[in-house]
Amino acid sequence: MFYSIYHHRKSKGHKAEQFHENTTVEIIWTIIPTVILVSMAIPATKTLLELDDVQNADMSIKVTGWQWKWEYEYLDYDIHFFSSLDEASNRARQVGSGIDPRSVPHYLLNVDKPLVVPTKKKIRFLFTSADVIHAWWVPALGWKKDAVPGFINEAWTSIEKPGTYRGQCAELCGKDHAFMPIVLIAMDEPDFNAWVENHHAAVLAEANAADKDWSSAALIAKGEIVYTNNCASCHMADGAGMPGTFPALTSSPIVNGDIDTQVKLMLQGKGMMPAFGQMLSAVDFAAVATYIRNNLGNKVGDSIQPSAIQSMQAELAGK
Amino acid sequence: MSAVTAGQVDHHDHGPARGWLRWIITTNHKDIGTLYLVFSLAMFFVGGAMALIIRAELFQPGMQLVEPQFFNSMVTMHALVMVFGAVMPAFVGLANWMIPMMIGAPDMALPRMNNMSFWLLVAGVLLLASTLFMEGGAPAAGWTLYPPLVLQTGKALPFAIFSVHLLGISSIMGSINIVATIFNMRAPGMTLMKMPLFVWTWLITGFLLIAIMPVFAGAVTMLLTDRFFDTSFFDAAGGGDPVLYEHIFWFFGHPEVYVMILPTFGVASTIIPVIARKPLFGYSSMVYATASIAFLSFIVWAHHMFTVGMPTAGEIYFMYATMLIAIPTGVKVFNWTATMWKGSMTFETPMLFAIAFVVLFTIGGFTGLMMSLAPLDFQYHDTYFIVAHFHYTLVPASIFMLEAAAYFWLPKWTGNMYDERLGKLHFWLSAISVNILFFPQHFLGLAGMPRRIPDYAVQFADWNMISSIGGFIFGFSQLIFLYIVIKTIRGGTGEKVSNEVWEGAAKHSLEWTLPSPPPYHTFTMPPKIIPSEHLEG
Repeated sequence: MFYSIYHHRKSKGHKAEQFHENTTVEIIWTIIPTVILVSMAIPATKTLLELDDVQNADMSIKVTGWQWKWEYEYLDYDIHFFSSLDEASNRARQVGSGIDPRSVPHYLLNVDKPLVVPTKKKIRFLFTSADVIHAWWVPALGWKKDAVPGFINEAWTSIEKPGTYRGQCAELCGKDHAFMPIVLIAMDEPDFNAWVENHHAAVLAEANAADKDWSSAALIAKGEIVYTNNCASCHMADGAGMPGTFPALTSSPIVNGDIDTQVKLMLQGKGMMPAFGQMLSAVDFAAVATYIRNNLGNKVGDSIQPSAIQSMQAELAGK
Repeated sequence: MSAVTAGQVDHHDHGPARGWLRWIITTNHKDIGTLYLVFSLAMFFVGGAMALIIRAELFQPGMQLVEPQFFNSMVTMHALVMVFGAVMPAFVGLANWMIPMMIGAPDMALPRMNNMSFWLLVAGVLLLASTLFMEGGAPAAGWTLYPPLVLQTGKALPFAIFSVHLLGISSIMGSINIVATIFNMRAPGMTLMKMPLFVWTWLITGFLLIAIMPVFAGAVTMLLTDRFFDTSFFDAAGGGDPVLYEHIFWFFGHPEVYVMILPTFGVASTIIPVIARKPLFGYSSMVYATASIAFLSFIVWAHHMFTVGMPTAGEIYFMYATMLIAIPTGVKVFNWTATMWKGSMTFETPMLFAIAFVVLFTIGGFTGLMMSLAPLDFQYHDTYFIVAHFHYTLVPASIFMLEAAAYFWLPKWTGNMYDERLGKLHFWLSAISVNILFFPQHFLGLAGMPRRIPDYAVQFADWNMISSIGGFIFGFSQLIFLYIVIKTIRGGTGEKVSNEVWEGAAKHSLEWTLPSPPPYHTFTMPPKIIPSEHLEG
């Protein structure tokens, strides 16, 4: 084409020829692409069959998408936790935060609790969602999979090299779609086993912390962090919410009313609001419930203990 | 007998109604064509302004200008306005102006419906735009409107859905009109295989639209009942399936993208032969290629959802079917090249745009082929790679050919020549900046940047900044186009153009046998000589 743009121009005095059909040429330029396509289709099909074969996995991890965090459940290890955007990125990503993203390590690609897996094992992932469609994508693994509410999708990987692999949600899932990253740490098997031990110990320590009595001030201090990481994306940092979509917490009748009603709503969720009972530890839950009642323009003055949260949870589960 | 003749002459002289009411009540295909074109140009700038908001926010990492929710609204509205407000109406406008003149018909077959379909379009787009000011904001779930996310839209949801209904009705009426005109109003001797290729591509596009718009209307109606009447079409808790929506949407959505590209092919196949002073190479293979592309568009939809968790057999089928599209598309590109081969080319603005289209559309075609391979798409899906891909097939293809069509036919429509020097300036600025804008987005996608995000990790900063700079240059260069169009309507260079405008054009198509500008009513008597691309001479 470029040859003819240069040579077959009127300014060079080229006279137009009037041919307009040539069956042989047309057949050739139909057949050659067909052959190329077939030669591409064969390896693609082979790869596809291998990619979709999730049999004989060494371990399984269930991944649930939430607006806007990931829940991981190790089906063979009794490990279960939520993973959300790290605090430093979360602060920097607010509109007009004044924080230079370049000063934040792994800006928007860092989480509070990474997913840890052993190397050289075939790991089967099961994907689903608690609200809208998400997609779990770590580019280094070479694939992504949609997390669809009410359905379970499968995929697998086997990681050769220990290291940290980062990714993001890849299916538009609402306003904080850009802020639910994935951090996958692959460790050699002994390191992974040590991590499992540590994780179990930390869960135990957390459970013990729920048994002691917490002062109102300690709860409020802890609650502020929990609020920023879990509630502020909808109810906003100042509790003003978003009219029409997310209700305000400031001067809300529920927040300023009976504390048990408020806690019950937070435990069970309502409409778009997820049931936070399963996401937060009893301590974090008590902390944020107390924080909301005494900040964001509210001044109720009371507080709730983690142990009270646990007994309410038991009561709700018993029903 | 003479009385009858006199009556006909009276009718012939009957001009447009006076005053602004002319534009409200007109049933004239040229007037309605103008309305469509002017409206779509206005929407092109509205959608473009939204794109610039997106590119401004993405200029550097961190959130500087807009809230994430508003960003998502912009992403959604930019797409809806560009697809339903700019590109589709612009092609309907061209169809209105050109098809009757190309097939030797006095007007469209259904002139009153023609008027109604235009005003329904305006109503639909205004309704859509009004959602920007509603509590909870405009729809923000992407133009695909996937549930369950779209059901979280605030007050705007029913308005957006009703707007889609109106746009659908408008498109269906427009298409029925075009198909009816082509089948019933051709001049004697204008057989189907003598029709200019632009008419052929629109005939096929018309059928596509009639088939798919009701499907889309049905899908959004199910969203409406899910939200307000407690049905569970797309809710697993009630026995539904959110993926069902994706299947229905893309059964509409894939032919829909061809609705925007087939008339583009038609315009390219009109401009290239005229300015290469040669008949179109492979006319009949062009017709068959267009028809095969249209047919294939109905059986490839799930390649938009390779990661949704389909059975392997489904993935393999949709992969093979999608790869087939490369064959007829390749035939078209080869035919355009062969048309230029040994021609006698000049390089006026429309030809420059047409050449850029062939080159840049081919890039979009190759990235499309890359994504058709399902195992590769698992990586490319929902990244900036796909954003780059479909913008290459829409901006330097559909938008470029629409602008080329304006340069090509404005002299015919107005009788005035456009400013060639400014036109070339517009072309070079657009052609260079469109690549600065979209080419780096391939790199971003391959490096791991998902689409539809308002903020990104810092390693994506450099290419995003370059892309935004390209975006602003491209956006503002389009103001030159606006200026050229206005200037041409108001007299242009002052040079009056001949009937043919382009040397030898009358050999290719009937509109060039008419005066420039054509009278208000043309071909009240059918033309005697039918030019044709694939007859000798």
